[in-house]
Amino acid sequence: MSPKIKIATTSLAGCFGCHMSFLDIDERITALAEVVEFDRSPLTDIEHCGPCDIGLIEGGVCNSENVHVLREFRKNCKVLVAVGACAINGGLPALRNFVSVEACLLEAYRDGIGVDNPQIPSDPELPLLLDKVHPIHEIVKVDYFMPGCPPSADVFWTFLSALIEGREPSLPYELVHYD
Amino acid sequence: MYEHLETAANPAGLKRVAVDPVSRVEGHGKVTLLLDDQNQVQQARLHIVEFRGFEKFIQGRPYWELPVLVQRLCGICPVSHHLAAAKAIDQLVGIDPADLPAAADKLRRLLHFGQVLQSHALHFFYLSSPDLLFGFDSEIGQRSVVAVLADHPEIGLQGVKLRKYGQEVIRMVSGKRVHGTGAIPGGMNKALSREERDYLLQDIGQIVDWAKAAVALVKHLHNANRPFNDQFATIRSNYLGLVNADGALELYHGGIRAKNADGTTLFDHYDYCDYQDLIREEVRSWTYMKFPYLTALGKADGWYRVGPLARVNNCDFIDTPLAEVARVEFKQQLADPALVHSTLAFHWARMIELLHCAERIEQLLADPNLLSSDLVAQGSKRYQGIGVIEAPRGTLFHHYQIDDNDIVTKANLIVSTTSNNTGMNESVRQVAAEYLSGRELTEPLLNQLEVAIRAYDPCLSCATHAVGKMPLQVELVDAAGRVVDRLIRHSNGEFARGDAV
Ligand code: SF4
Repeated sequence: MSPKIKIATTSLAGCFGCHMSFLDIDERITALAEVVEFDRSPLTDIEHCGPCDIGLIEGGVCNSENVHVLREFRKNCKVLVAVGACAINGGLPALRNFVSVEACLLEAYRDGIGVDNPQIPSDPELPLLLDKVHPIHEIVKVDYFMPGCPPSADVFWTFLSALIEGREPSLPYELVHYD
Repeated sequence: MYEHLETAANPAGLKRVAVDPVSRVEGHGKVTLLLDDQNQVQQARLHIVEFRGFEKFIQGRPYWELPVLVQRLCGICPVSHHLAAAKAIDQLVGIDPADLPAAADKLRRLLHFGQVLQSHALHFFYLSSPDLLFGFDSEIGQRSVVAVLADHPEIGLQGVKLRKYGQEVIRMVSGKRVHGTGAIPGGMNKALSREERDYLLQDIGQIVDWAKAAVALVKHLHNANRPFNDQFATIRSNYLGLVNADGALELYHGGIRAKNADGTTLFDHYDYCDYQDLIREEVRSWTYMKFPYLTALGKADGWYRVGPLARVNNCDFIDTPLAEVARVEFKQQLADPALVHSTLAFHWARMIELLHCAERIEQLLADPNLLSSDLVAQGSKRYQGIGVIEAPRGTLFHHYQIDDNDIVTKANLIVSTTSNNTGMNESVRQVAAEYLSGRELTEPLLNQLEVAIRAYDPCLSCATHAVGKMPLQVELVDAAGRVVDRLIRHSNGEFARGDAV
């Protein structure tokens, strides 16, 4: 039996909807688990991405930790995929690029309704926020872009099946949507 | 309780231990501990390290975009955000809940029951069941849904199919499983067709049976290891949530009820549009998540827990027969003395709600009015809208103000997980104090901190915790910042103790 294809997944500045949509393959997860082994992913306990065949990235980049994780994925994954609107162009979280980070922080922690003890959280334990939310291709090279917010389960299935079988993936027109 | 462990009296000279699973995985949250020379825990904190700024950047958008914008807060419970925003924008067009056309109200409830069902199934079967089926200290490779599917195929597949059914309910009503569009100001945008209704009817009997089996499973698992499960991460707290006018469990619309730890009702059927008088949120420097509390009780005593445990504790009864039987048994077995405080009992309460959702979906599908196309009501404009709903993880508040041009000028969101912030921190401190303090770092112990957090099904850092088990690296750093000990959980499940640097 040929060794299993290794897949790693992560969520950066995303909502987890892309991961949910991936899980929407439902029972097909059993068939997938026969040919695929999950490396680092919210579904496993693996801590750092080891050498992998495919890396799926949900979400854009909004803080220093995201940059770090993204670079680790690029280093280890033969094929890196930007999954969903947030990874491809920043998506909804990138709406904050129209205002300053400071304004966002002040609204949440000083000027908001019912706020007590106003202050901006500043502990060294908190990672540094970037001034803008970036699409992942601005930080690393990306091999494929999987559009949708989120891409449907069938998009994941069609795309991964092709890669696993060594074919060049292509999505039929009905599966492509940019919502 | 354990508040004294929030901030060490004299942090200088203490060793820092960071359980930094979440930030290394998703950048959302982590636990830090400060220990003295005897490894006694002096400080324990759960930090939420993610910040997105929704409340600011939705200002300037037209209000009708809100339900589709804010659902992108969370891909696990998008429908809850969608509907909380919808309830708020109903008010902006002058529609109060009682004015909503009956069929629109039913469709929204159907959508919401589908949401809670799928989220509860996801949380229990995909995320927490490995801990509960294999043990907190089981081998790492076993702690995933893939292992559950391999070792307990029947349980695993039922979980997958329960979640699938909830997602299909959402798809039928809103067009998509994740981030569909259903609610519009004053109603719903599309009627449910007969074919869609019949499609959902086919499997609902089976779903109710599986939900019943899920309650039996969680009961069995909880009882298999008592009293440990009763005590683990357990804290006594106030509880808050919506209840129906008749006191029944309520997930979509009702008044706010809160009880204290003794079971005394603090207030009841409180109009959520006045939530500002009820709740304030405190900011602390070391986390992005605020700490809500009941203003009347003050910061120290006013914190409360929300979610399945709070709801099942707070309600007088459940208005579906199977879930009510399950609730009575739950209270009989676990109440201490009036309410259930066991943190792990969140799982049991969650499965009771899963069963309730299945039963309510069955009732709604049998209602001929569900197919009506009378779906939108109109009123006259208001400048403020407040929508509150019981999301899977607890009470969710959305509050918006708009200007003459229908542009959002102010927004306040209190998400469920925020209300559990003090509760989760207390549980982390309880586990640190009772199970960790004075001992050497071990893997099972670290997993126990995660198990405590996971019981709440937290949802911002959540997402991370929510979908699973966290990779771990714990470092013990001395006062000078040198790493003196390191424990690493490898991908093959082995634990290694790294060399002291
Ligand atoms: S693309 Fe959409 S579904 Fe995916 S993370 Fe972003 S907001 Fe969520």
